[in-house]
Amino acid sequence: MNKPLEGILVIDFSQYLSAPSASLRLADLGARVIKIEQPNTGDLTRGLFFSNVVMNEESSMFHAINRNKQSYQANMKSAVEREKVYHLIQKADVLIHNFRPGVVEKLGIEYKKVKELNPEIVYAELSGYGKEGVWKNKAGLDLLIQSLSGLTQLNGNEGAGPVPIGLAVVDILSGAHLAQGILACLYRKITKGKGGRVEVSMLESAIEYQFESVTAFFRDGGEPTIRAKSNSAHAYLGAPYGVYKTKNGYIALAMGQIPFLGELLACQALLKYTEVESWFTQRDEIKDILGDHLLTKPTEDWLAVLEPADIWCAEVMDWKTLFDTEAFKILQLIQEVKMSDGYSSKTTRCPIEINDSYLLSEMGSPKLGEHTESISNEFAL
Amino acid sequence: MLPLEGITVLEFAQFMAGPSAGLKMADLGARVIKIERPGSGEAGRQIAIKNLFIDESSMVFHTANRNKESYAANLKDPADLEKVKKLIARADVMTHNFRPGVMEKIGLDFEVVKTINPQLIYGVVSGYSSKGPWAKKPGQDLLIQSLSGFNYLNGNANDNPTPSGLATSDIFTGAHLVQGVIAALIQRCKTGVGSKVEVSLLESTIDIQFELITTYLNDGEKSPQRAKKGNAHAYLDAPYGIYKTKDNYIAIALVPLTSLTKAMNISLPSEFSSKETWFPKRDQIMEFLSPYFEKESTQYWLDIFEPLDFCCSDIYSYKQFLNHEGCKALQMIQEVETSDGIKMKTTRCPIRIDGERIFKRKSAPKPGENNASIEKEFNLN
Repeated sequence: MNKPLEGILVIDFSQYLSAPSASLRLADLGARVIKIEQPNTGDLTRGLFFSNVVMNEESSMFHAINRNKQSYQANMKSAVEREKVYHLIQKADVLIHNFRPGVVEKLGIEYKKVKELNPEIVYAELSGYGKEGVWKNKAGLDLLIQSLSGLTQLNGNEGAGPVPIGLAVVDILSGAHLAQGILACLYRKITKGKGGRVEVSMLESAIEYQFESVTAFFRDGGEPTIRAKSNSAHAYLGAPYGVYKTKNGYIALAMGQIPFLGELLACQALLKYTEVESWFTQRDEIKDILGDHLLTKPTEDWLAVLEPADIWCAEVMDWKTLFDTEAFKILQLIQEVKMSDGYSSKTTRCPIEINDSYLLSEMGSPKLGEHTESISNEFAL
Repeated sequence: MLPLEGITVLEFAQFMAGPSAGLKMADLGARVIKIERPGSGEAGRQIAIKNLFIDESSMVFHTANRNKESYAANLKDPADLEKVKKLIARADVMTHNFRPGVMEKIGLDFEVVKTINPQLIYGVVSGYSSKGPWAKKPGQDLLIQSLSGFNYLNGNANDNPTPSGLATSDIFTGAHLVQGVIAALIQRCKTGVGSKVEVSLLESTIDIQFELITTYLNDGEKSPQRAKKGNAHAYLDAPYGIYKTKDNYIAIALVPLTSLTKAMNISLPSEFSSKETWFPKRDQIMEFLSPYFEKESTQYWLDIFEPLDFCCSDIYSYKQFLNHEGCKALQMIQEVETSDGIKMKTTRCPIRIDGERIFKRKSAPKPGENNASIEKEFNLN
């Protein structure tokens, strides 16, 4: 299958997760991505380990984010090497970076300079907090942005204190937004000959992520966020919305009519909540009743009653349970990738399916500078 | 000139994932026309948080559907269907999230539609993709978070599996749809033909866990262990997490433990001195640090840590955050106005193009609000 971005060249100076997750997406969609890495350390994620797991000398995080990319090593502070990278930039369709403010000027890849080299290029930058305001020089780390932006107040139960999302959700979302902006400008470049500049910040992405609850804040006069006392899954939704313990596991219940649920589950105490408003205003007591009741039987018994009635419910699974299901296996979400030295590992694939084909790629992550020589030859640097 | 100017999107999609994709394309310059049931419109108009409504439609609907037009048509009525087909003939993109089989029954499945318009990009959102035993199950955000393993990453070790308290699966799925659709538009420039682009909540929710799943798959499938208290990431070393202070909480991200304790003037017990212990002994280390943090205020600690460029942060509520000058400098909040003159404050598109923020005052339409003008413009009668 021909991938949609075949023929597109991306020069990627970015590190860590945010912007590199965007270039991974572009790579999976068919673009050629060349990472420009500094000598010695390369992308600092190479040495940033998750739970001390080492994969072929580097971190699992690095492998996951940087498969399907090439690595060109360059010291941008050396005039000779910088010239070579400039030649690459002249051939590129997209340039990506996520340096802190002021760094690109030192490296000679600020927008003005790059546009001189390549007037049609799509120049994409990702920052922590944008370029204005009191936070602009702070480190743009996911947990810090979650903490500032109100996101930690939405998860978990009331009284639990701040509960962050346990993965770098803002990094990944801002990367997704960067990819959207890049793709849109690539479309304009191809159809109208005009590339452009794309800017995304993690903090702005975090605000948009919460667009429902932020809009609610302005609508209801700035009332505080109050989570449910137990089984919370959304601070602004009424019962039964939540995750409940059963006799042998957990069940998730989304929206549903409380008295109807009461009938289905044979839970008398729920029948009296006939007012729709009460499902929100009295959600703590409803959830307590429901929580006690659901404890009495195993998850599959409840599902057997609720699913035929088209109630939105699901078993809560961990990866092991999910990955063993037929429904998961048929999606072929796990692919094997291989590095040039033969090291192979398992990872996920791109979640987008085009014309009934998955966007797979066997190419593993590159060793630091692995493609410096071949790229030098190919582009006559 | 916004990058997607000239593109017309017909949005049959309802609820959050599909419409959030339509919103992003609209903000990037596309013209998005919702195709809605006459009278009641799309089902998402009745999904409310905190029972908040703007007119007859919920505030949530207004948040995800601003900057769009609405064309009401009964797809089961042959005359209306003919008109919709005429619209499809002139559109660039259509999106829907009907369950498998529904569009086939209506006669607007990809095979039919591509005979009407071979250049059309056909975007589909589903819960679990069109394959496998779950294909016809209802795909709803909380259910997908719950069965994807995601809930086992958030909250503390002894908490219930904890979902994120917002529509994370929907938002990412929508983001992935935008990526796939624009990539297909780019490919169309070369090939002259359209494509079918499919995303599902399940695949997208696996994708956001890609780094962690890669770690899991290549480390003997050990289940993720959330920290006992103050968990912020199941796979990261101490001190990464949330700590209670005298007056509030503080988030500590990637700060080397030895640097942190030195700055706090604590002598680190020798059992924690080696970096290798910071993951396996995470709970003990976090417990060891807790009483020190609780002795002083958040500001006290920030005053020590920030000059050292430690990755740490205050934890804000919406009231603190949205009124903070750092947030205000981003101008992420805009006002939209309905055709009846009702005003609503909401977020703007987080992507800046060519150095400009994208503000759009146009609110969500009423069902069928634009029928007359669209019928005239596209000669549908």
